[in-house]
Amino acid sequence: MSTATRAMSPRAVRRARRRRAVARAWRDYRAQRSGMVGLVVLGAIVLLALAAPLLIDASALSVTQATGGRMSPPSAEFPLGTDETGRSVLALTVWGTRLSLLIGLTATVAAILVGTLVGITSGHVGGWYGWIALRVSDWFMVLPSLVVAIALLAVLGRSFATTVAVIALVSWSSTARLVRAQTLTVQARPYLERARALGAGHWHQMTRHILPNVLPLVLASATLLVPSAILMESSLAWLGLGDPNVVSWGSILNRASSNGAVSAHAWWYLLPPGLAILIVVAAFMMCGRALEAVFNPRLRGEAP
Amino acid sequence: MTAHRPSADGGPDRDPSAEQAPAAGPGTAPTGRVTTGFGRYLLKHLSGAAVSLLLVLFSSFFIFRLIAGDPIDQLTRERPVTPEQREAMRAELGLDQPLWNQFLDYITGTLTGDLGTSLQYRQPISELVLERLPATLLLSGTGVVLAVLLGFWIGTRAGWKQGSRFDRSHVAAGLLLYSAPTFWLGMIVILVFARYLGLFPVNGMRSASTPDGLLSQALDIGHHMVLPVLTYTAVVYAGYLMVMRSSILDEIGADYLTTARAKGLRDDAVRRRHAVPNALLPTITMVFLAIGNIVNGAIITETVFSWPGLGSLFVSSIFYPDRPMLQALFVLFSSSTIIAVLCAEILYWFIDPRIRKS
Repeated sequence: MSTATRAMSPRAVRRARRRRAVARAWRDYRAQRSGMVGLVVLGAIVLLALAAPLLIDASALSVTQATGGRMSPPSAEFPLGTDETGRSVLALTVWGTRLSLLIGLTATVAAILVGTLVGITSGHVGGWYGWIALRVSDWFMVLPSLVVAIALLAVLGRSFATTVAVIALVSWSSTARLVRAQTLTVQARPYLERARALGAGHWHQMTRHILPNVLPLVLASATLLVPSAILMESSLAWLGLGDPNVVSWGSILNRASSNGAVSAHAWWYLLPPGLAILIVVAAFMMCGRALEAVFNPRLRGEAP
Repeated sequence: MTAHRPSADGGPDRDPSAEQAPAAGPGTAPTGRVTTGFGRYLLKHLSGAAVSLLLVLFSSFFIFRLIAGDPIDQLTRERPVTPEQREAMRAELGLDQPLWNQFLDYITGTLTGDLGTSLQYRQPISELVLERLPATLLLSGTGVVLAVLLGFWIGTRAGWKQGSRFDRSHVAAGLLLYSAPTFWLGMIVILVFARYLGLFPVNGMRSASTPDGLLSQALDIGHHMVLPVLTYTAVVYAGYLMVMRSSILDEIGADYLTTARAKGLRDDAVRRRHAVPNALLPTITMVFLAIGNIVNGAIITETVFSWPGLGSLFVSSIFYPDRPMLQALFVLFSSSTIIAVLCAEILYWFIDPRIRKS
């Protein structure tokens, strides 16, 4: 064994160690039933979103080519009924998956990138920059996010890009705070002192030593940011602040309520998009909580 | 959790304990004049909050005056106006002044309580806000109190018996409700309880037909409140449940609980008198944030139920568009949370001895 280890290059050693860590995390993750349920549900939904154009033709979304009656209840032709223009609610909901997931994921990636960058640099560099970065992320954390998002969208205009940017802007701060705390902890460990003594620069320390140590946490927090981004997008779209040219779950519900679906007792128009949001959000939360438990065993309870 | 250690260099940026409570700054000066620790602590947090509030004013000016573009374009769209009329409107709104003067006017106006005039209602904004405030306080105040009590009660019990059936079923139910979009849950609740079953009014706060008597008016408002409060509480209580649960889990292995048990206290008493008070400590910031959010916490709920509060006022101002109103409410909503967090930090001084010692 020892000869084999000695023969490996440092890169191979590192890779083997990473592979073992991932395998261990996966084993811990698999032990949690709710996390696995969430993962399976998410996998199915992502597949559905990707396959939507194969299952249902995009013409089903066109108002002019709609064939159904005005808000007609479920029938053989329209399993989930129709909306006020005669389009199939099933088709709208399936297609809505694409945009709701896309916005949730894009906004989360943007927020995570900014949050990680600010968190690591402010924790590592410190000084004036660190102090200001800390205050700014504190400030963003205290601000009511829905209020800020509504105000910004009201002046920036409604589009895919503004929605993503605004959601990212109101959600990066919690990641920054978390990453900064973890950076400070890692920073105090002896191996970083060793790296500094050997002449490692800031860039090397941040990318090679700190980043790999904060990544698991970032992953868990990203998984928990996606559901809140999806909820935020649906709320904004429901208020009428979404991109008017696309179909998302929130925008379906926006049209449902502005066209009186509630007073028309059109439950088939209200239930599918709302349940879709609920299921996706719950699935992401289950995965996120399971990941958190993998990286923070205290939450795991009876597990050995 | 980690103890608050004093930072050697006096810089809060190198102090990991600052993550726990934003309070652990430099302690009292070891030599020279003895300032009371509380004075310093208070001053530090007051100045921090003041800077945050100024930043809110600054960013609201930035968002609504600079990014938003010329309000005249917004006001006059689809109406032909002569350049003279435009100039007159600019002068009326103070837009012909240099930007710097506009900013100063705005700051002094806001600080003296003059929030401008609503374009939508042609009325001073401060009057409108005061008129709508009680409805908002009533709805989300009740909602927050219920959600915090319910969440803490269940969270305590769930954390105390981690992994039990009570724990698993309540965490699952809470998370499921937490995943439901508020507006959707509201619509479903209206559909079921107001439309199908006809048990509660569909929306609004009062019915026109109710007699004038105090009791019947109160009952009427109470009747209108049931569904919105139910919706609001159902969606947010899980947040408090999870925080309280994890806070209890932090305490559960602590030595002082073993001591309490060794004294012969019953499990109930150990939980109520020893674990809960300590577990409540880290949740205070969250509770105060919730209190700060009472003013705006129910934007979506108010909109679904057409509740005549500040939240629905905010939403109705988006599409008019009533920029001065949006701006004023943005400042009000943001400052209320900043002030609430300041209160939480001040309170921590009195109830968490670790902060005084650091």
